[in-house]
Amino acid sequence: MKFAVLVNEGPYNHQAADSAFQFCKAALDKGHEIFRVFFYYDGVNNATSLGQPPSDDRNVTKNWQKLAEENKVDLVVCVAAGLRRGITESNLASGFRISGLGQLIEAGIHADRLVTFGD
Amino acid sequence: MDDMESGIVKKFMFVNRKAPYGTVYALEVLEMVLISAAFDQDVHLAFLDDGVLQIKKGQTPAGIGTKNFSPTYRALEGYDIEKLYVEAESLAERGLTEDDLLVDVEVISRAEMGKLMADMDVVLTA
Repeated sequence: MKFAVLVNEGPYNHQAADSAFQFCKAALDKGHEIFRVFFYYDGVNNATSLGQPPSDDRNVTKNWQKLAEENKVDLVVCVAAGLRRGITESNLASGFRISGLGQLIEAGIHADRLVTFGD
Repeated sequence: MDDMESGIVKKFMFVNRKAPYGTVYALEVLEMVLISAAFDQDVHLAFLDDGVLQIKKGQTPAGIGTKNFSPTYRALEGYDIEKLYVEAESLAERGLTEDDLLVDVEVISRAEMGKLMADMDVVLTA
């Protein structure tokens, strides 16, 4: 199965990003493909390079980075939603890329399932 | 973007469930809808719960310092996005009728909305 994932909430404030990450990991472990993870609404904040959660807590951004690095997962941040919230190339965590909403529609077209995490 | 030419046409549904102001969801769903128009997909919009308020006439949010983006719904026709569905129960629960809405819509029952959703390939909600 080819999955695309949409993350609509920021990290820590909401569990959606953690759940999306766990879903991706489980899907990959089962041999499925993650076509793309798209970050929209406050979800763009998953891609900040400036977050410093306490060392005894998980680091959501680092979790995504590791997932992308180990499995070549395409992590795409919406440019318009990012600009609105101050996520730009200058503070974008490595492993993420900024692109347009067309990338989300395209993911919907090409994936077997588009799974949304958020309110 | 050669993917606009992929030849695959899927049934997309954008489900609007939140009030137009108070959160950014309604506005950013609309941005998704506008972009989807460039991909030649079979696009449907659904309005239910507080989402029906997004297309209510006479919105004047200047007092809360936010932009009135409701005229954009009237522009959807120009993008060939004409399949707008509103859930009858949600309208009735809020004391609204079809006459209160900015745009031409098809009012359908909750059960019909469920059937319609089940028929979609991609459903995006906010």
